[in-house]
Amino acid sequence: MQCPKCHAQMHTYNRNGIQIEQCSGCRGIFLDYGELESLTRIEAQWTQQAPPVPPAPQAYPAAPGPAWGAPQHHGGHHGGHYRHKSFGHMLFSS
Amino acid sequence: MRDTVPTAPATTISPPATPYGARTLIGGPGADRAARTRSPPGETVTTAAVRVLGALAHRAAHAHPEDPCACPPPAVLADRADGTVVRSGAVVAKAHAPGTDVPGLLARLSLAHDPHLTGILLAPLEPRPAAPSAALDGRPVTLWPHGRPVDPGDPDAAPWEEAATLLAGLHRAPVPSARALPPMRGPAKAALAVARMRAARPADPVTAPVLEAWRRLPAWARDEAPAPPHRSGFLCHGDLHLGQLVRHPAPDGPWLLIDVDDAGIGDPAWDLARPAAWYAAGILPSEVWLRFLDAYRAAGGPAVRAEGDPWPELDVPARALTVQTAALAFAKSATEGRTPDEVEQTMIDACARIAALPPELGAARSS
Repeated sequence: MQCPKCHAQMHTYNRNGIQIEQCSGCRGIFLDYGELESLTRIEAQWTQQAPPVPPAPQAYPAAPGPAWGAPQHHGGHHGGHYRHKSFGHMLFSS
Repeated sequence: MRDTVPTAPATTISPPATPYGARTLIGGPGADRAARTRSPPGETVTTAAVRVLGALAHRAAHAHPEDPCACPPPAVLADRADGTVVRSGAVVAKAHAPGTDVPGLLARLSLAHDPHLTGILLAPLEPRPAAPSAALDGRPVTLWPHGRPVDPGDPDAAPWEEAATLLAGLHRAPVPSARALPPMRGPAKAALAVARMRAARPADPVTAPVLEAWRRLPAWARDEAPAPPHRSGFLCHGDLHLGQLVRHPAPDGPWLLIDVDDAGIGDPAWDLARPAAWYAAGILPSEVWLRFLDAYRAAGGPAVRAEGDPWPELDVPARALTVQTAALAFAKSATEGRTPDEVEQTMIDACARIAALPPELGAARSS
């Protein structure tokens, strides 16, 4: 199956019994009929169990990042080491 | 060339007692003996190399090197396993790493001379390395004009947009056909960093997330296979950081990229991957990252799609640079008998997040 957006190959994964297709190029996710509702239901069950998370101020304008990127929404931590001496060293070394 | 890594104050060496002259210093037993008597055993070769490089740079800086001059003593700009760099006046001499691939270096020097790259890469003074010297163990030496580096004390003044524009120009330049350029050495340097970490911390469990993040990279990003054809075929710098930019002519000329030792053909996203990795790890503010990325796109750089999310292209190289940086942090901190500092730990934490990705998201993607 090809991604309708970028035409790269899509791969099928099974998550909690829901079959989703993810694009190998743009990482877009394709859901079949009813799957969004299933996911929403599972998410609602999850958030009912979890304590509410207070919204945190965002220190910098949002920019896309990778799935493994640092959390960007916790009290402006993002960029907090920018002026650290060790990062100054990192900026200039191989 | 890493002639401008200004993280530590440049140390000066005393000028030789005799007038600068090749016959006196290059391979001269007197210079070697003098160095040996004053240095601990492990530093003998380095000190001799520094003296020879200082003399070569000084000679190149003057039409008549025996004439009296007001040059300050030669200054060591860098002295590491991957290169020794000494400045005298307007000239910088670099002894390349032991075991340098000499045909590759020749191809890279001709790249720095290529008219298509004037205004992008700093050109060496001579298109070929100087004759090998015994005092330098036969390491190739190249001579370069001195340029003014980025001020390490003022990160806000760092020329992010200029760096991005220069990279876009390099990536868009035609690949020269006259001399076969080797592959860009980015993946090789990442593999070397992991090897250094393994040697410095054998079987240390704290390195597990870094090794797992490394294992999840596609083979080409670990230097175990050629880069996929659709992502390679571009001129790349191979080791971009802020020490790789100088203003030439100093002090106020335009910014240029220096150090072609790792340059070659490859995936241009690798040249964006170090800032991308710092941003992803939460160190580089997103506003700085976006200034860099937007300038690269505005200059027509081909490494990422023209608009929208650039991470499909950046993901693999940025993960590789995250691993490389974390591995070097573990290697250096072990050598210095300390634990990684909080900034280094930030890069290690990013490896842990990569290692914890669901397999389908962390799987080797070919991008």
